[in-house]
Amino acid sequence: MRRVKIIEEKFFIWISAFMTYSLIAVLIFIILVIFIKGFGALNWDMVLKTPRGGYYYGGEGGVLNAIIGSLYIAVGATLIAIIIGVPAALYLNVQLIRYRRTQNTIRYFLDALWGIPSIVYGAFGFSLMIFFGMNASLLAGIITVALLIVPIMVRTFDEVLSTIPKGLHEASLALGSTRTETAFKVLFKQGFPGFITAVLLSFGRGIGDAASVLFTAGYTDNIPVNLDEPAATLPLAIFFQLGSPIPEVRDRAFASAIILTGIILTISIGARILSKRYSRTNLT
Amino acid sequence: MELIETKTNNKVLASKQIVSEASSILRVKDLNVFAGHHHILKNVELEIPRNKITVLIGPSGCGKTTLLKCINKLTDLYKELKVSGSIFIDKDDILNTDTNIPALRQKMGLLSQRPYPLPVSIYKNVAYGLKLKGVRDKKLIDFSVEKHLREVGLWEEVKNRLNSPATRLSIGQQQRLCLARGLAVKPSIILADEPTSSLDPISSKIIENLFKDLTKHYTIILVTHVLRQAIRLADHVIFMNDGEIIEQGSPEILFKSPKTEQLRAYLVDGN
Repeated sequence: MRRVKIIEEKFFIWISAFMTYSLIAVLIFIILVIFIKGFGALNWDMVLKTPRGGYYYGGEGGVLNAIIGSLYIAVGATLIAIIIGVPAALYLNVQLIRYRRTQNTIRYFLDALWGIPSIVYGAFGFSLMIFFGMNASLLAGIITVALLIVPIMVRTFDEVLSTIPKGLHEASLALGSTRTETAFKVLFKQGFPGFITAVLLSFGRGIGDAASVLFTAGYTDNIPVNLDEPAATLPLAIFFQLGSPIPEVRDRAFASAIILTGIILTISIGARILSKRYSRTNLT
Repeated sequence: MELIETKTNNKVLASKQIVSEASSILRVKDLNVFAGHHHILKNVELEIPRNKITVLIGPSGCGKTTLLKCINKLTDLYKELKVSGSIFIDKDDILNTDTNIPALRQKMGLLSQRPYPLPVSIYKNVAYGLKLKGVRDKKLIDFSVEKHLREVGLWEEVKNRLNSPATRLSIGQQQRLCLARGLAVKPSIILADEPTSSLDPISSKIIENLFKDLTKHYTIILVTHVLRQAIRLADHVIFMNDGEIIEQGSPEILFKSPKTEQLRAYLVDGN
């Protein structure tokens, strides 16, 4: 019997470790493929120049338009998602603390919204644009991506807030805090690492999504200077370059993917550093 | 034998005087709490003597914590709880008047089973309540932080790391910090819900000694399952069972000559 248990234990440890390391291996494999295929095409022109005439047929230039467009859309949408998402998550966990059924209903709807494919958001954004007589633009892209990432922001932050012990909530109220003070001065601070995770997930989804911006943000070789101008995005730039019959352009698609991955990694590391610095200063 | 009886009789008289003559700070009248069909507190009537330690004892689930939560209106956080009756603090019925709840809660420090330091520094934990009260004078806050950390015997241990996160303190230190944080808002009553249940014996003893000293200025309502602690600390004991107050009086009488079988059985099992 004891021998069976030992084998069972070893098997479980082995299979768990195998699955974990396979996952990491897949991630490394994806990054390696992108690097191998795209590194040769990566140069400063790619990052610092907008496409010149015939770029998608092997001409000169880069994807600066798409880099800036993606950053505009992702940052704008993330800011909107923070403005909507943080109060919503705090409301769920502070004001609705007595109303579990309402909390669960709202969570159910948010989960459903999270699960809706981004192309549906794109179609919805497109309908809104037609309704308001707008053209494909940076603003339409920002609003559509914001709609896409708000549920991610709210639910991710909400999950962290819901793990904060009720005792801390009570301790703050017992000191004479109002619920709003408890929400912002105690729960937000306690859940700050979760907030950073929510921002990162939302930003990552926002900057990497192609379907929601396909109809709404449009595509242009120029860098948008106004909200009503169309904006290029990196996922669409990758899509268009990958569709090219010219191998050199397809390699540029992988180089663009390296840039997109680099942006996400940089934002992620930067946010983690900021979060730690915040913990050391503001939380002390 | 006669001497013992005389002493006991004197203590009975003393106990009666505690509640009836000394001004009671808190009176509970006909308090009932329901959670759905479950009757948690049943017609509770009690008086809490000022500047004494009142100890609530009774089996788990008998309603002690719910009673404490009624007193500082934390029951508001639980939609399923329906509270009726009256709780008079001094002369105000907090259940039936438009009470300023944050101000009411500042009259009562809360010490829970395990410490919940706020996610800020040791200094900011103590200063938190003062800032909520609108105190902005840095010197006054500094003075108050030091005073209350000294009051709970924590100043010497933390004076060189006031800006460290409070969560880095040991559990015993965190509990004393929570007490200092509560005292800083100048409460008149301290509600302590098994405050030593997660502490080691040394930290428990520190908290107990603090409670004895604090009765000079504060009224303490202590929930405990440790009968020896109740004997050591109580000026007045309330025994609850199944949502009802079964017996109350001086610890000497209650613990030595319980009138009801329920208390007798509880004491026998507890010992």
